[in-house]
Amino acid sequence: MADFLINTVGLPEWLAWTTTAVVAAVLILNVIAGGALVFIWAERKIAARIQDRLGPTRTGGRFGWLQSLADGIKLLAKEDLMPEGADGMLFRLAPYISFCASFCAFIALPFAFDFVGQRLNVGVFFVVAVLGLEVFGVILAGYASASKWSLFGAMREAAQVVSYEVPLGMCVVVPVMLAGSMDLVTIAEKQAGWVSSWYLFHDPFTFVIFWVYVTCAVASVNRAPFDLAEAESELVAGFHTEYSGLRWSFFFMAEYGSMFLVSALAALLFLGGWNGPIPVAHLLGLSDGTGDTAGYFVRLLGCGNLIVKASLGVLIMMWIRWSLPRLRIDQVMATCLKYCTPIAAAMFAGAMFWQLALPGGLVRGLSRPAGEVREGWLEGPGGLSVRPTKAVSTPAVPVALVDDPRSQTEAKSIVQVSP
Amino acid sequence: MMPATLSLALPLALPLALLMTLPLAAINWHTLLFLLFAVVACACAVAVVLADNVVRMAFYLVLSLGATAGLFFLAGAEFLGAMQLMIYVGGTLVLLVFGVMLTAQSPFVAIKTSTGDRVLAGMVGAALLAVLLQSAFRVEAWQLPAVGAVTAPTATPLGMALLGVRVDAPAAGAPETAVRSGYLLPFEIVSVHLLVVLVGAAYLARAKRRRTPRAIDVAASSSSPPSSSSSGGVAATAREASSSSALVPGGRR
Repeated sequence: MADFLINTVGLPEWLAWTTTAVVAAVLILNVIAGGALVFIWAERKIAARIQDRLGPTRTGGRFGWLQSLADGIKLLAKEDLMPEGADGMLFRLAPYISFCASFCAFIALPFAFDFVGQRLNVGVFFVVAVLGLEVFGVILAGYASASKWSLFGAMREAAQVVSYEVPLGMCVVVPVMLAGSMDLVTIAEKQAGWVSSWYLFHDPFTFVIFWVYVTCAVASVNRAPFDLAEAESELVAGFHTEYSGLRWSFFFMAEYGSMFLVSALAALLFLGGWNGPIPVAHLLGLSDGTGDTAGYFVRLLGCGNLIVKASLGVLIMMWIRWSLPRLRIDQVMATCLKYCTPIAAAMFAGAMFWQLALPGGLVRGLSRPAGEVREGWLEGPGGLSVRPTKAVSTPAVPVALVDDPRSQTEAKSIVQVSP
Repeated sequence: MMPATLSLALPLALPLALLMTLPLAAINWHTLLFLLFAVVACACAVAVVLADNVVRMAFYLVLSLGATAGLFFLAGAEFLGAMQLMIYVGGTLVLLVFGVMLTAQSPFVAIKTSTGDRVLAGMVGAALLAVLLQSAFRVEAWQLPAVGAVTAPTATPLGMALLGVRVDAPAAGAPETAVRSGYLLPFEIVSVHLLVVLVGAAYLARAKRRRTPRAIDVAASSSSPPSSSSSGGVAATAREASSSSALVPGGRR
């Protein structure tokens, strides 16, 4: 987009870059805030249906679809209270820290091939790292509130999130290993094609580890049955007991943002990203080469695809929340340490051996020689062979790991040497 | 992230022509962002020292480390930046805050630094600063990456180097097909260290069983008959080692 502004519109470089940055930031902000509005409404409707109620019905005409907006206006008008004895600065800052962590993670999250705030070659790692920072706002909130309920909630949250980072990291490593890259764009691109090329169906181990990931993701964003930090039957409201008004709603926005984020991450890592179950655009003969209208349409389609998948993930989380009872803290820890971590480790090892024996998945792996697949890791921009359309448009010289032509032969020889 | 927040503050509502006339184009954005991150990192680092409250210190430390991660991202070292976020900002500080929570009612929450401590810390800090400044000024030319430049190298060479294969930098004078040894040995040494630490932590944190040393000795000797097979010997040694190490804290009690 910046290139377009510089070359076509003729803006100076600095203005083009800042405009691009503003557009990206505002879009991400809207995804979080708008998403929170929609998901809160959806959660109320789903909760009501599961409990055999109707939920909001009147606001905005039918289905109560304006209910979240009305709630938002109510929250804006609420008084901003702070308990006596609270640490004022930390109390005020804590909601923004949670929100910022959620926001930052979205920067590296691609919505389609080019629709990404900042494409990082360690995208997965960045998202997981930043997601872990959200707990810091919660801990600060719990401490600064000068309330026992809040402190209890925050301590539970800290214990839970720190524990669940381990199996979550192991689950995330498996698609990274299969794709040979930590770049989220590359990982999703590798799953292009029919539904069978999704990493979920790559081999039996990835199928199992996906469900481990789902468990850990629900736990890491503090949703029921893992919502011990705000267990309302024991701790009033946990870490946000003392919050009201807009600051409270920031916590909520961060929570719904994280829910969407881990769901989108699941979609990118296991469910093909923006590649639909049926490659419609490919069957229609549309290429997604940058610049032309057809390519833009394809990417828009992919963006919608990803959003649908991520929203489905969020809806499943709501379904789980209203179906399962809350776990005790020892049950939460047992789930993490006795089940999730060993299963994730075993599946990781299994997927590794599968990749050694049959790289490229069950179907394709039997028909493709192993060396061919592995050599693909080192070709193309970003160290990987990207889609064929790209390979045609770029010059035929494969870009190796380094620009230095000497190392290219060396890289090749290493690949052939390695078993 | 930073260009976005920074540019949000820009007067975008003004007409474009007016914007063009502003001397913003003359600003080196990379330097500006660098200064922004550096100032945040330094100011928060000073605040860590000056703050009285332990939790506030932790908070400032998080900001300082986060700004350092921002500097890494600015320099194009994305892996290092994410690592900084993951390990320092994430792991260490969650644990630190954890520790603070456990001592929330104790007198250590508010720390008063004595004058002697301040002088000592100042001397150590000044010495470190002198060393760092000297090495910083020894670099002849600092390179600035272009704004928005696509970083060519990926994390793949890093991973391969950890597996023992260096594909990034061929040794000078070596034949081109030669493979430089990577960081496999240091990597393994570090991981074994971490394993030892993990086992030690699990041992220290486990529930203590009250058993007399006598009983352990009897149990160990009776349950492991002298055997010439290697597996039995190893198992017996392990058991003896664990029982003798279990003596230490019990004996102190």
